[in-house]
Amino acid sequence: MEQTKIIPIGPYHPLQEEPELFKLYCEGEIVKDIKWETGYNHRGIEKLSEQKSFDQVFFLVERICGICSTSHPFAFANAMEEIGGIEVPDRAKYIRTIIAELERIHSHLLWVGLAGHFLGYNTVFMWAWKYREPVLDLFEAITGNRNSYAMFKIGGVRRDIPNAMMGNIRAAMDVLKKNADLLTGAVMDDPVIHARTKGVGVLSQQDILDYAAVGPTARASGIAMDIRADDPYAAYPLVNWKVITAQAGDVFAKAEVRLLEMYESISIIEQCLSKMEHEAEGSTAVKVWEIPEGMGTGRAEAPRGEVFHFVLTDGSNSPVRHKIRAPSYVNIATFRKSCIGQTIADATISLAAVDPCYCCTERLAVAYDLTGKRRLYTGSELLLLSQQKTLALR
Amino acid sequence: MVVGLKSLVLKRSLWLFHFGGASCNNCDIEILDCLTPRHDVERFGMLLVGSPRHADVILVNGSINKRDRERLLEVYDQAAKPVLVVAIGACGCTGGIFAEGNTFAGPVDKIIPVDAYIPGCPPKPEAILAGIVKLVQSKFGSL
Amino acid sequence: MKKEEYSKQIAARYPDHILGIEAIRPRRVTIDISPDIIRDIAGYLYSELKFRFIIASALHTRAGIEIHYHFSHDPSGFIYNIHTILDPNQAEIDSLSSLFSGADWIEREMHEILGIVFRGHPKLEKLISEGNWAEGVYPYRKEY
Repeated sequence: MEQTKIIPIGPYHPLQEEPELFKLYCEGEIVKDIKWETGYNHRGIEKLSEQKSFDQVFFLVERICGICSTSHPFAFANAMEEIGGIEVPDRAKYIRTIIAELERIHSHLLWVGLAGHFLGYNTVFMWAWKYREPVLDLFEAITGNRNSYAMFKIGGVRRDIPNAMMGNIRAAMDVLKKNADLLTGAVMDDPVIHARTKGVGVLSQQDILDYAAVGPTARASGIAMDIRADDPYAAYPLVNWKVITAQAGDVFAKAEVRLLEMYESISIIEQCLSKMEHEAEGSTAVKVWEIPEGMGTGRAEAPRGEVFHFVLTDGSNSPVRHKIRAPSYVNIATFRKSCIGQTIADATISLAAVDPCYCCTERLAVAYDLTGKRRLYTGSELLLLSQQKTLALR
Repeated sequence: MVVGLKSLVLKRSLWLFHFGGASCNNCDIEILDCLTPRHDVERFGMLLVGSPRHADVILVNGSINKRDRERLLEVYDQAAKPVLVVAIGACGCTGGIFAEGNTFAGPVDKIIPVDAYIPGCPPKPEAILAGIVKLVQSKFGSL
Repeated sequence: MKKEEYSKQIAARYPDHILGIEAIRPRRVTIDISPDIIRDIAGYLYSELKFRFIIASALHTRAGIEIHYHFSHDPSGFIYNIHTILDPNQAEIDSLSSLFSGADWIEREMHEILGIVFRGHPKLEKLISEGNWAEGVYPYRKEY
């Protein structure tokens, strides 16, 4: 009988704020198998959506996930505008794009911080989150909230970004560029980070295709897929930017893609601001009186990959069916390929590398419960993988 | 900005344990944000700990679904009493927009006793800190 | 145009099983099929046409248990919805999980919310419902 230890990275793990239960079956230090238990985060959002009016649904889907809180309303708006054949004014397109790209920046910074934290680089964590604050301040100035911006509605956006505010945004972007340089340099040139992330958590192109993975997870394995380029929407076809890919498919490649994407995002925002100055202030939405019966498939490129919303309507003011697929739903499943065969310490960073957003995935919260006593060779007790252990393995 | 922190520093350092229920993560991120340089709760001796057994304060956010409920009870049982419970965010306080969902089993105060509520969606880190300080002051008295 | 090519190709390959093809919007095509062909057609889309499986949406309507399998052809930005309808009293269809792992979880979820049986799925066990609702309850089924 083989000796197998079970180490749950349980809910309420200090390294992961979201609840999620991964059971790692290990032999010695190597992960042999993984079971993923979920259901802790299930809030029944798709069902709730059927009880809400379309306008209310925006507030609901925004709170699927706090970090990608623009992407869900974006995809939903794209789906609804597809059903109604609605064309959004150009200024609204630029505003939507700016908000989405600001979100990408803050999300990638958040991820870099968390990844640093998982690797035991608390300095990286602190820096990344410190540089994130001005982005959140911008959000607060533009939308009134640091998270959950309530900017989208069918036909456009709810609030304008007045031309007078553009100076602030541009100044913030300049500062951000300098900070991004610092952070990128620190992460990409550090030999210990190289040692911890290169060759770790590798996903091949075939793995990506098999799991239908998306976003930076896919782009880091050399697959140039990006909804902003493939199925263009909003202002993305109106500005110049490039899809960032890397080839190695390891954690380092995923970090590289996210860091370089931030620069593209900054460039997109700057271009949008310049173009937006020529659009009349206040032309932020078209009036939409009703939504006909129909079917819409809307998608957006969230920081983690493709968000997909499928909406069926019947002429009433509520969805008949609203199916939501967040990128993490397909990305997290790749852990079977990226974590098995790794050491326990590497499993954590491999899991984190797909930037899992459990709240998007389950629309269920997976919470980890930090209870349990250590037991070897048995199935159900939970163990805490402590931050100390990860740091000690650095 | 945060009133009474001196009294906190002089009294004790607070160990915080965070339980995220069925949430969108905004509150979780804002709580974590309290650790970061701008708000830097550690200079007041507040730490996020990894086990409820070490906790002085349990921060609960998220609407609680049926599966979380058992976990929340376990966490509360594990904490050495007395422990303060803070319900954070609209979901923590009342279940927020998810209270009508088919898996809702909360809100938090239906499951465990709550000592303070910090509403918001999400509450800003300043609000979270202010709430915790207000709670501690009211429980342990001010100087 | 790429759209015409793929629709025609798909229709040509499965003439007897395609119940309808509709292009309602630019870059969006819906293909109605009989359920028995799902595994063949999904395999064709994935392996030969190199489509990417996005997700599957299932719902219960007066027509029955409807499933839309959404596939993306990334180079052209097209979404192809492969649509089929099952009898609610015998909601069974072949699993796609042996073709690509991306189908695994969503089939488990569709099973939990609507009671659809995916034949050949290696482990049709709970994904999201454990503790959240009872066995045999399918919360997305409606009373008609």
